[in-house]
Amino acid sequence: MTDLTTTPTPGGKRHSYGSLLDESPRTKKRNAAETRFRVYGVIAISIGLIFLAALLFAIVRNGIPAFTQTYIVMDVELTAAKLDKKGNRDIEDIKKVSTFGYNPLIGTALETLVAENGVETEINKGKELRDMLSSGAAAQVRFAVIDNPDLIGTTQEFTLLAGSRVDGYMKGRVDRESLARDPNLSPAHLDIVDALAADGTIKRIFNWDFITGTDASESRPEQAGMGVAILGSFFMMLVVLLLSLPIGVAASIYLEEFAPQNMFTDFIEVNISNLAAVPSIVFGILGLAVFIQFAHLPQSAPIVGGLTLTLMTLPTIVISTRASLKSVPPSIRSAALGVGASKMQSVFHHVLPLAMPGILTGTIIGLAQALGETAPLLLIGMVGYIATNYPDGVASGFLDPNSAMPAQIFEWAKRADPAYYERAWGGIIILLVFLLTMNLIAILLRRRFERRW
Amino acid sequence: MPASWILLIIIALSVIGYFIAKQRALASGGGDRRVLHSLPKYYGTNAALAAAAPALLILGIWMILQPVVIDSIISSNLPEAVQADRGERSLAMADVQRIADGLDTAVSRGAMTADEAVDIRVGASNVRERLAEVGVALGSEVDANTLQMAQEYRALTSTGNIWRAIAVLVVALGGLAIAYMMTHKDFRARNSVERAILSLLIAAACVAILTTVGIVFSLIFNTHDFFSRYPAEDFFFGTRWEPSFSGRGGASDLGFLPLIWGTLFISLIALLVAVPLGLFSAIYLSEYASKPVRSIVKPLLEMLAGIPTIVYGLFALLTVGPLLLDVFGRDGVLGVNWMSGGTAAMTAGLVMGIMLIPFVSSLSDDIINAVPQAMRDGSFGLGATQSETLRQVILPAALPGIVGAILLAASRAIGETMIVVLGAGAAASLSLNPFEAMTTVTAKIVSQLTGDGEFNSPETLVAFALGMTLFVITLALNIVALWIVRRYREQYE
Repeated sequence: MTDLTTTPTPGGKRHSYGSLLDESPRTKKRNAAETRFRVYGVIAISIGLIFLAALLFAIVRNGIPAFTQTYIVMDVELTAAKLDKKGNRDIEDIKKVSTFGYNPLIGTALETLVAENGVETEINKGKELRDMLSSGAAAQVRFAVIDNPDLIGTTQEFTLLAGSRVDGYMKGRVDRESLARDPNLSPAHLDIVDALAADGTIKRIFNWDFITGTDASESRPEQAGMGVAILGSFFMMLVVLLLSLPIGVAASIYLEEFAPQNMFTDFIEVNISNLAAVPSIVFGILGLAVFIQFAHLPQSAPIVGGLTLTLMTLPTIVISTRASLKSVPPSIRSAALGVGASKMQSVFHHVLPLAMPGILTGTIIGLAQALGETAPLLLIGMVGYIATNYPDGVASGFLDPNSAMPAQIFEWAKRADPAYYERAWGGIIILLVFLLTMNLIAILLRRRFERRW
Repeated sequence: MPASWILLIIIALSVIGYFIAKQRALASGGGDRRVLHSLPKYYGTNAALAAAAPALLILGIWMILQPVVIDSIISSNLPEAVQADRGERSLAMADVQRIADGLDTAVSRGAMTADEAVDIRVGASNVRERLAEVGVALGSEVDANTLQMAQEYRALTSTGNIWRAIAVLVVALGGLAIAYMMTHKDFRARNSVERAILSLLIAAACVAILTTVGIVFSLIFNTHDFFSRYPAEDFFFGTRWEPSFSGRGGASDLGFLPLIWGTLFISLIALLVAVPLGLFSAIYLSEYASKPVRSIVKPLLEMLAGIPTIVYGLFALLTVGPLLLDVFGRDGVLGVNWMSGGTAAMTAGLVMGIMLIPFVSSLSDDIINAVPQAMRDGSFGLGATQSETLRQVILPAALPGIVGAILLAASRAIGETMIVVLGAGAAASLSLNPFEAMTTVTAKIVSQLTGDGEFNSPETLVAFALGMTLFVITLALNIVALWIVRRYREQYE
C-alpha cells in the first residue's frame, strides 16, 4: 500500500531489503494489480451504462417520429352528383355511397392541387396521385359528409392522412433508392411531395391518433394507434390492483403476524418464493388452462389477463409487504397490546397503517412489472391485432377481446413494414412514460412517508 | 336468477344484519354500551359476516361446480368415439355451449321468445342463421343431436340456477338469523369476528398454494394428453423440430433436443455477458465507489432491470441484430460471413445478458456486503491490498452466495421469452455457431399456443409438455439456488 514516489536517499547506504519508501518490484506489481482490478470495475460499470444509454438512445431516436404524422391539406369538391344521386339529402342514401365513391373526388382534388402548384410531372391521373394518400383518406372524407350532409355540393378543405411511404419520406425513413423496388410509390411522386412540402401543403403535425387511435390493418401503418391497447392495459391493471393488493396484504399479515412456526407455514413460504421465480410464460399457460380451458372465461378478455397477472404479481407484493410489516418495530405492537387491544386490533389499527407507505410502494412496483409483461398475454389471446375497436362501456372493457400495450408493440414489431417498427418504438415510449410515472410515484411515496425507527 | 342479483341480495342482507344486530346488542344491554362484551360494531360485523361469508362461499363453489357437473351429464350423450378423445370431446362440448349461449342471447335480446327457443328444431328453422342475426357466429351447421344437447344444457342450467338461488339465499338468511339470535350482551362478538378475519387471512395465504397446484395440474393434464398422442421418447430424444399444421397429427417432428439446446446456448451467452459485468460492477460499487458515485450509478444500472422485456426484444431485433450483421455478416466489417440474418443466438444472448446485469450485480452486491467487516479488517491488517483482500478473502467467502445468484440468473435466462421470440429467430437447429438463428423452449410455447388452435392436436399440446420441462428445470434451479443462498446467509449471521 505504499504509493510514495521513489526518492533515492543521497549518500545513505542501501540495505538489501530496500527502503520502505522505495517501491520494490513486488510492491509495484501488487499496486499495478490493484489498479487493474479497479479499472475492470470501472469498465464493467461503463459497459453497463453504455448499454443503457444505447438502449434509451435507440428508443428515443426511433420512437419520436411516431408522434408526428404527415398530412396533406387540400380542397375537395363534394360533388352532389356523385354523393347524393337522388338529390334529396336522405342520410340512408348518402351512407350507401362507399369509400369507392369518394376516391374519384379526392383524385380530382389532387389533380387540381398539383396543377395549381405548377409541378412538372408525368403523373397527372388522380388515381395514381392517390397513392400519396392513405387508403383511409376516403373514409375520413366520407365520415365528415355523413356527419354533416349539408357539406354536399360545397368545396371543403380537408387535412387528409398521407400514405406511410410519403410519411416515411418526410421523416427520412424512405429515400428514392429504396422506392425503386417499391410498387406502392414511385420517385415521381416524391417530386410532387417535395414541391408540396415546400409551400406547406404537405405538413407534419402532432399525431394524437397514435396515442388515442386503434390498431390498423397491416397495409395502413399510418393509421395505427395505441389507444385501445392502453385501455386494455388500464382495465387489466384495475383487476390486478383490486385483487392483488387485498389478497397480497392479507396473506402477508397472516404470514408475518399470525402464522405459527410449522410445516404448513413453511410450505406456504416455499410456494411464494418459488412462484416469484417461475417464468412468466408458465403463468400464461396457467391462465390458458385454468381460466379459459377450465372456467370458460372469455378468451382475450382483459379480466383474464388481469387474473393471470394477479397471480404473477402476488409474490412480489407479498415479499415487499412482509418487509414493510417487519420494519414496524415490535414496541408498537407491545404498546397496543399493553393498553388492551387484541392482537388483531394491534395489527389492523397500528401496524398496518404504519406499514402502508411501504406496502403501496411495493404494490406500485409490482403493478409496473405487470404492465410491461407480454408473454402470458399472448397465450391467453390478448394479441395486438385484436385492438381495433373501443370497448362500449365498463363491462365490455373487462370482458370484450382487447390487447395490452406490450402485446400491441409486439404485434407491430412482427409486421414486415418498417413503418410499423417506428410505431413499435413509439409505443415503447408511451409504455415507458407510464412505467416511469408509476416508479416516480413509488419513489415519492417512499421519500415522503418512509419512517426510520 | 342471475348471479349478480344473488350477490346484491346477499350484500343487502349483510348490511341489514349489521344494523339490526347492533341494535339488538345495545338493547340487550339496556342501551348502555359499557355492559357489552365487545364494541357494538363487532356485533354488527358478526351478523354481517354470518350472512355473507357462507352464502358467498356456496355461491362460488356452485358456480365452479355446476358447469362441470352439467358438462359431464351432457357429454354422456356424445357418441362413444367422441367421448374417448379428450380434445374432440371438448370441441363438441364447446359447440353445445356456444349454441346454448346463443339461444340465451337471442332470448335476452328479444329476437326469440323463451318458448320459441325451447321449441326450436333443426329442420323447421335455420338455427345458424337465426343466431347469426343476434351476433352469435357458429362455425358449422347445427345438427339435431347437438341442438338437442344444447337444449338439455339450457334446461339443466336453468334448473341449476334456480336451486343455486334457493340454496344461497337460505344459507344467507339462516346465517343472519343464527347470528341475530346469538347476539346478546354477553356474546363474545369480537372473538368471533376475529376468528373469521383470521380464516380470511389464511385463505389469502393459501392462494399461493392454489396457484402452484393450478400450475402443476394444468401442466400435468395437458402433458399427459400430449404423450397419449405423441410418443414420449420421440419428444425427449428427437433431434428435429418440424411441426406441421396442415396434416393434423400427421408428419410432425416434435423433438425437444434442438429447443433445449437453443435455450441453453442462448442462456450461456447471456451469462457470459452478465456474470463478469455484473460481478465487477457489484465489486466496484460495494468496495471502491464513493458514496455519491454509488448513489447515482446503482439506480441507473437498476433501471436496466425495470425495463420491460418487450423493449429488449425490439432492441435485439431492430438495433443489435442489424449491428451484429454489419460486423459478422457477408459484407460486414470483418468480412467473415458467419451470420446470415439479424436474428441469431448471439443477438438474443447479448441483449439478454444486458438485461441480467443488474440482476447479477444487485444480488452479488447484497452477498458481498453480507461478508463481515472483521474479515476485511483482518486482511488489511496483514498488509493485503484492497484487490487482494477481495480476491483472496471476500470472494471465496461470498462464493456460495454468488453461485446461487448466478443460478438464479440462469433460471431467469432460461425462462425469458420476449427477447428470444423477437431476437433469436424461429428455426430450431442443433448448431454450434452462435451467429445462427436458434429457437428456445419459451419461444416455441408462444408460437404453438398463439392463434386459434384447439386443444386436441399434438402440435398445440406439445406446448404444455414444453412448459412442464421449463417449469421443472427452473424450479430445480431456483430450489438449489435458494438453498445455497440461505445456507450461506446463516453462515454469517
